[in-house]
Amino acid sequence: MKYLTYISIGVFALLLIYAAYGLPYRGDPNALVNQEISLTGTPVASSYYIENAMKDANTPNMVTSVLGDYRAFDTLGEEVVIFAAGMICFLLLNRERKREARKQ
Amino acid sequence: MKHGSSSPIILLLSRVLSPYIMLFGMYVIFHGHYSPGGGFQGGALLASSIILIRIAMEEKVHQLHFNKDYGIPLGAIGVLIFFGVGFIALIMGGYFLDYGLLPFPGMITAELRFYGILLIEVGVGLAVMTILVSIYDNLLEEDDDESI
Amino acid sequence: MNLFDFIAGHYDYWFIIILLAIGLYGMTVKKNLVKKLIGMTIFQAAVILFYISSAIKADATVPIIMENLSVDNPANYINPLPHALMLTAIVVGVATVGVAFTLLILIYKNYKTLDENELLELMK
Repeated sequence: MKYLTYISIGVFALLLIYAAYGLPYRGDPNALVNQEISLTGTPVASSYYIENAMKDANTPNMVTSVLGDYRAFDTLGEEVVIFAAGMICFLLLNRERKREARKQ
Repeated sequence: MKHGSSSPIILLLSRVLSPYIMLFGMYVIFHGHYSPGGGFQGGALLASSIILIRIAMEEKVHQLHFNKDYGIPLGAIGVLIFFGVGFIALIMGGYFLDYGLLPFPGMITAELRFYGILLIEVGVGLAVMTILVSIYDNLLEEDDDESI
Repeated sequence: MNLFDFIAGHYDYWFIIILLAIGLYGMTVKKNLVKKLIGMTIFQAAVILFYISSAIKADATVPIIMENLSVDNPANYINPLPHALMLTAIVVGVATVGVAFTLLILIYKNYKTLDENELLELMK
């Protein structure tokens, strides 16, 4: 059973190495994600961000501009996830504490 | 886990270092438009400065520094700042989180977006700082009766 | 020569594949729940590194606008989108690890063990 797990991990690694044949070379400027126009003729998001971040939001740091302006709804979701994680820690551990206090 | 250390070196160093880490966290939040930084990283730095005091000092001292009851409410205020900026833009006639319509007078759209990003970064930083400190508090609280 | 180019041109992916295999090993083979959590964190770090390595462009600089580099040519700056995505993923990862530790503390308080086999015995 243990050897089966090792073999499946090895198969997983080999599968990933096979999948690397389809990936672009490191730092290739002509890769699909770095084009200005995608295969379907629509503008690629990253090139749009690079060209218009300073014009739209007056912010030299493009990462801040993407995080806070273009994808602000995404950031809002992430912040709600963090808040929910804090609430889960607080509620689960506090319920346990109250139950123990009642037992004593 | 017992809080607090008796070594004078640790007490002195943590007391000296913590305000500087906090200052650097503020810098990272408010300078995030021009250099690498922003709410998430700055919030993590602020939380690290608070947790440093929590590790080094005894409980009476670090509760004066940042009370554990304020963790979750301040995090909620941080999320509400984010929501509030979005709703102000919604009320002023734009889309949700469309900073171009925030009611600050005498600014062009790009500057309004600049300050809108700054506002939500402050909200994100507040929420991340308080939630990380709150998770630390809850994980380490009340384990003196049972030795874990 | 072609094979050498392939191996040298994808060298960051090999490290990422090694990290993914280590993470999967920790999650599947190890019996202690804390070690499983460590494996999950390594797996998460590998995914984050994969995203970051997809952002890179040769002869480009960090995505902060400088005066002597024109923004009209996107080849001057690396891709800012994976950076923004992974920035949030890291902090959310810390929060989810906090939740996982909460569950581990509750399991330890109820069963007094964190070993998987003993837990399965106790839960029967």
